[in-house]
Amino acid sequence: MKAFTDLYWRLDATTSTSEKVAALRDYFAAAPAGDAVAALGVLSGGRQLRSVSTSQLRTWAAEVTGLPAWLVEECYAHVGDLAETLALVLPEPEISTDEPTDRGLAEIMRTTIHDLRGVDEARTREVVTAVWQRLAPRERIVWHKLLTGGLRVGVSRTLVARALAEVAGIDQAEMAHRLMGGPPADADAFARLLAPEAAADSRRPYPFFLASALDRSAVEHVAEDLGDVAAWQAEWKWDGMRAQLVHRGGDATVWSRGEELVNDAFPEIAAATASLPPGTVLDGELLAVRDGRLLPFAMLSKRASRKTVTKKVLADVPCLFVAYDLLEADGIDLREMPLAERRRRLEALVATPFTELLAGAVPADASRLFLSPLVTGGSWAELAELRGESRARGVEGLMLKRRASPYAVGRTRGDWWKWKVEPLEIDAVLLYAQAGHGRRAGLHSDYTLGLWDDGRLVTVAKAYSGLTDAEIVELDRIVRATTLEKHGPVRICRPTVVLQLAFEGVSRSTRHKSGVAVRFPRIVRWRKDKEPAAAGTLADLKRMIPADS
Amino acid sequence: MRDLLEVTESGLYCERGDFYVDPWRRVSRAIITHAHADHARAGSDRYLCAAEGKLVLRTRIGGGAPIDTLRRGESLSINGVKVSLHPAGHLLGSAQVRIEHGGVTWVVTGDYKLHHDPTCASFEHVPCDVFVTESTFGLPVYRWQSPEAIAAEINAWWRANRDAGRTSVILAYALGKAQRLAAIVDPSIGPIVAHGAVMKLVEAYRGSGVRLPPIDRVPPRARRVGDGRALVIAPPSVLGSSWLNLFGESSVALASGWMTLRGVRRRRGFDRGFAVSDHADFPGLLEAVDATGARRVLVTHGFSDSLARYLRETRGLDASVLPTRFAGEAPPDDAVANTADHDGTDNDPTATDLATEADA
Repeated sequence: MKAFTDLYWRLDATTSTSEKVAALRDYFAAAPAGDAVAALGVLSGGRQLRSVSTSQLRTWAAEVTGLPAWLVEECYAHVGDLAETLALVLPEPEISTDEPTDRGLAEIMRTTIHDLRGVDEARTREVVTAVWQRLAPRERIVWHKLLTGGLRVGVSRTLVARALAEVAGIDQAEMAHRLMGGPPADADAFARLLAPEAAADSRRPYPFFLASALDRSAVEHVAEDLGDVAAWQAEWKWDGMRAQLVHRGGDATVWSRGEELVNDAFPEIAAATASLPPGTVLDGELLAVRDGRLLPFAMLSKRASRKTVTKKVLADVPCLFVAYDLLEADGIDLREMPLAERRRRLEALVATPFTELLAGAVPADASRLFLSPLVTGGSWAELAELRGESRARGVEGLMLKRRASPYAVGRTRGDWWKWKVEPLEIDAVLLYAQAGHGRRAGLHSDYTLGLWDDGRLVTVAKAYSGLTDAEIVELDRIVRATTLEKHGPVRICRPTVVLQLAFEGVSRSTRHKSGVAVRFPRIVRWRKDKEPAAAGTLADLKRMIPADS
Repeated sequence: MRDLLEVTESGLYCERGDFYVDPWRRVSRAIITHAHADHARAGSDRYLCAAEGKLVLRTRIGGGAPIDTLRRGESLSINGVKVSLHPAGHLLGSAQVRIEHGGVTWVVTGDYKLHHDPTCASFEHVPCDVFVTESTFGLPVYRWQSPEAIAAEINAWWRANRDAGRTSVILAYALGKAQRLAAIVDPSIGPIVAHGAVMKLVEAYRGSGVRLPPIDRVPPRARRVGDGRALVIAPPSVLGSSWLNLFGESSVALASGWMTLRGVRRRRGFDRGFAVSDHADFPGLLEAVDATGARRVLVTHGFSDSLARYLRETRGLDASVLPTRFAGEAPPDDAVANTADHDGTDNDPTATDLATEADA
């Protein structure tokens, strides 16, 4: 536990990529295989069921410390992180000399976390309070986060792959590929991960190549930054779920970008995958489409979260796959091949462009696999005009991919760009604020914003990001000074602040009091020049709802 | 019966004795608990402070207004009210004000800590009927390490930086914390260097008889200082300024009680945070309250609501919040943004109004 705790705090103390990689490398080079497996599971963000609720932890901490429950709650509101709050209020550990000094991560996780599943409350309390007595505050924080599943260390898969590649002495891309499909399950799998030669795995997907947002989106800048339009392939950016279909050696698997196997959530896609020639891997987008019409992303997302899908769900939210890349054919890795060549082969494999389905040119149930259609424009200006139709088409903008580029690993900049449509915007009034967490603990940085409706302000969105650190500090003071009421951690403020809100779309919603839901709301700027009376209205927002929804 | 002390427009006022404790406006007679800017403001006609704090107070408020002093054990009768000053352990010359009249005794703590500090006299437990206490760190998450452990942590950081050829820069209030740090670190590790704002008060401390290790001043127009071995003590306001470039490669740490919290440590552009404070931690506040034997406790600046409620519920004391304009240790973001307030360059009382949530 000590080594892993040190790793956590080393990662926490730095923002430098090379220092993070060094910390990971040092840890994995020294960790026993069992601990390394446990650590990789944690670092890859593997979700685990909570065996203890946070309210139990708070209650027990209050009992152990003798503090009133309300004071523990106030501490939590101030600190903004439960794991840390508990670690700080609990008494110093009782250090006894006859106990084994340090137990490994794997053992700690097994005996104090996994084994608590299905155990009665009294026994759970016994285990938890015993751990509290043994661990120092800096270890307690890490353990609480393991226990409650909230350990986020700010290291990407790419960094983990880089560190493990250094430990194993192999290429980083090769390590990223070996890590696909989930972290190793046991010490043997960990040994194979670090082996000089890769072992074959019929299910393993490839690391996804991720596009970056263009730095500058005005057409003249895009032309300047990307050069000759002929060197680029343009496609619509569908608002779906990224996925890979893998058909190898009799296994047909569907993988999400989070490297989760989603065969169960998408059985019709798994069946379609099995119909591909063996030795095929496709990259593309899962979309929910019924009767030739795109369904909102929310419906797809709801379906993806299901463990099993019923016939009714299959009928209500039918899904299909729009392929935009061919990563493997006849069992051969094509990723180094230029995109133009991969595209040519893809078109030979999946012939029907998705737009034909939307246009009603093919029967709705003809296939589950479609080709991502190319968007053709002879100039950047033409493409920009087509991009302008995005919202009407139900897409998020354009994808631009360099025709000569290989299929890279992770978010490699330069060859794949997202040219998203400009966001919608409205000026909204700050109504409630809540203290943030982590880096923003103690600062009121989570805002609820409202718009005018018949002389009253109604809440329409929550937004967390977009202001600078200095602005957050400044706004925090205004929130405190204009607080009308406090409801637990939430402060209701006198309307004085106008914030410009950006979002990707608006739809009708029965779940929101305002009757509308905005997608990806975030703050663009603080309109210090505007009085609340001059902010936008709910009617303005409703006018942005697409006509046919 | 009227209270011996009340909060007025100008500050904590004793009508019977016609004097104020740490007034935030100009008054005729001000008793000063300590020389931080939210407690000691210039412009009053006449001051009273602890004898050891006179030079420091003069350095901060300037001017020629008379400063009367009281030694330990001495008392003064002001319009029939008996006044004495007792060490608060916050910084050099910091005092609790004991006020007695008609058989009732009040003690106003100002800011205080219970931990040992070699640069000032240790906090004295003064029995009283009504105890007016600060509550800057009045939540149970605030529990300081021992002074020895803190010193060891800072020394280890300095030593590691020195061995890597990196200058160690530690940011702390120019008055009090800076001198305490100079006194607790191990001067055999390397040279100690101080910012001009710190140096001015180092001299006032020395002039008051406090022993401090050799400290070099950063020359006004220096272009490069030190060779990576030094510990530089500077006010937090230098963060983000080009002044820090003088030292080449450096590790920058902030010394503040708020550094207890990870979120606060991460929020600002420094490399390390040392949770060292000149205020009492939660156990310290409780110890101080209990030792007075007071039945009535008035809680000022900090987590006053929480502490007052806790004292009512766990001790059955008559505890309530006394709204004042004291800021305590400026909250984490203000510790950097608003240090003018604590560096004595800004004596505008309204400057602290938004700087603290105290009792708002």
